[in-house]
Amino acid sequence: MNEAILEKLKVLAESAKYDVSCASSGTTRKNIPGGIGNAEGWGICHSFTEDGRCVSLLKIMLTNYCIYDCAYCINRRSNDLPRATFSVSELVELTIEFYRRNYIEGLFLSSGVVRNPDYTMERLVRAIKDLRTVHRFNGYIHMKSIPGASEQLVHEAGLYADRLSVNIEIPTEQNLKLLAPEKDHISVYKPMSFIQQGMLESKEERRKFRSAPRFAPAGQSTQMIVGATDESDKQILYTSAALYQRPSMKRVYYSGFIPVNSYDNRLPALKQPPLVRENRLYQADWLMRFYEFKVDEIVDDRYPDLDLEIDPKLSWALRHPEVFPVDINKADYSLILRIPGIGVKSAKLIVMSRRYGKITGAALKKMGVVMKKAQYFITCNELPVHTVHEASPEYVRKVLTEKKLPKSKLIDQQQLSLIFE
Amino acid sequence: MIVFRYDKTYEGLLTAVFDAYFRKTFPEKLLGTDDIEPMFADESFAVITQPDKAARVWRSLEKKLSPGACNMLTYVWLSEEEGCDELLFQYIRKTVDSKRSIETNFADEVVLKIHKLAMKVSKERLRMIQFVRFQKAADDIFFAPIAPDHNCLPLVIDHFKDRFADQKWILYDTKRDYGFYYDLKTVTEMTLETSALFPEGKLDEVLMAEDEKLFQQLWKTYFKSMTIKERINPKLHRQLLPKRYWKYMTEKQ
Repeated sequence: MNEAILEKLKVLAESAKYDVSCASSGTTRKNIPGGIGNAEGWGICHSFTEDGRCVSLLKIMLTNYCIYDCAYCINRRSNDLPRATFSVSELVELTIEFYRRNYIEGLFLSSGVVRNPDYTMERLVRAIKDLRTVHRFNGYIHMKSIPGASEQLVHEAGLYADRLSVNIEIPTEQNLKLLAPEKDHISVYKPMSFIQQGMLESKEERRKFRSAPRFAPAGQSTQMIVGATDESDKQILYTSAALYQRPSMKRVYYSGFIPVNSYDNRLPALKQPPLVRENRLYQADWLMRFYEFKVDEIVDDRYPDLDLEIDPKLSWALRHPEVFPVDINKADYSLILRIPGIGVKSAKLIVMSRRYGKITGAALKKMGVVMKKAQYFITCNELPVHTVHEASPEYVRKVLTEKKLPKSKLIDQQQLSLIFE
Repeated sequence: MIVFRYDKTYEGLLTAVFDAYFRKTFPEKLLGTDDIEPMFADESFAVITQPDKAARVWRSLEKKLSPGACNMLTYVWLSEEEGCDELLFQYIRKTVDSKRSIETNFADEVVLKIHKLAMKVSKERLRMIQFVRFQKAADDIFFAPIAPDHNCLPLVIDHFKDRFADQKWILYDTKRDYGFYYDLKTVTEMTLETSALFPEGKLDEVLMAEDEKLFQQLWKTYFKSMTIKERINPKLHRQLLPKRYWKYMTEKQ
């Protein structure tokens, strides 16, 4: 290990950073005697970069040489940028030494495609196999499965990695063809189903023999780029919903498009990455995963795009005033979850506490409910309040989206003013 | 007003609960042995810490509360926040007096306060697991100084012991001036004689292992190159990675 590695690390980290995924959750593994590391089920972030993204895993590429020329990717072969390749021993030492200092939770290994998918995949598998078997590394390993890799290699990777992932990148095939003519969706969906198959088989085996090997115990994830092509939020979310139907799919990530190759005129010219839209998509994703929403309740043909001004849950509530007001002291958990301003945590607190007595508005506030939003949608055994019916959805929307002026700019209401026109 | 004095230990607090029920008088204020008495104290009672009394109180709590709630009480004690002992006293009293467990009644102010304070400590415990940074010293011991707000180092020992089982390490609380040393077998509590070894949270370069500087350099480089400049968001950054820990974190030094 010497100074030369510094440059390599920089090049390969720069190339890997646009991949969003960095979760280290989903597996719990104890250390083994003579080994190093363990994995906690909830995942641990070890640092946060200045853009506010978490650093949990050493996110790195084995190499950033690539035979493909995808328009959205920084590592496309026609880009003139420094290229580098790690040797397996360099990568392993770096991972373990970083891990020992509590910098990271494990490794996120990805790679550009060299020669052909199988050749690349084989090198990735060799690296993580070395880490697990020779160095007895027990930390978290997330590995990218290369689109188009053979079933055999995916199966081997699953034995060593906690999570495998293949990126869809562009939600519709026709747009993918436009930006990455050398790729297609089949090459993405195939490894996905290999991973799923491997997981289900291993689960079945482990039912019979407890010592049967685990296969990618933390499941798989994928990523879609938002804003590089003209898909609507409906198309994106329907794709995610279909993916979540698969038992192995744990997360779909959305990556606001960052124009890394601004010279390519197939791509839109954006001043800023679509961060608000990305945020709304994540909120919608959360609604599907934790709030028992169905995708057609969030977006449909009448509302194909998410509202950028208000969050998707509030937007649903304003479109469905007939559901409200909800009685906090009587309603089901799933209905309480639908109230804007109440999250999973406070909904659980409410359901637990109301067994002891009636819950008041003041208690709700202390539990962490955002009353500013929730007040229009609840009743809690108190004096009648101004709910969404009396106030009308339009009014609620206006109040909640109003920008607060700083105090100095507020006009004194008691002062009479005359308007001359 | 009735005042109890005790030695500000966890056992002392539990003994105070025992004595209160024994005497059938309940304090409105809990004071340390040397605290100044409030002006209108009618009665002041000195609690003498007795482990067997404390154990009896704890056993009865274990019968009434779930293991999670018992842990929560320990967390609240370790928060070392002003008044947390009185809060615990009220909570224990409520538990003892009630026929069934009150632990999920979050509409009750004391229960909610205890819950929130325990969450605060638990959050910092997680932050210790996240943000502690080891520096390898020349004698192969991995050393990590940190200054947590609450006394939460005892809560992370099991985690580090399992994770770094094959390396010697020291976790050191610079604020409370004590730490834990793991010698490949067991963890022992220890106090360093001098804090001059790590000025500004960084191990003195003379004491560092040979390749330590290189790895710190590598980590800093990596950290810098991971940032996407188009998305910079300093407010979010500070929120997720509070400034008070920066001193001890390699990438922010």
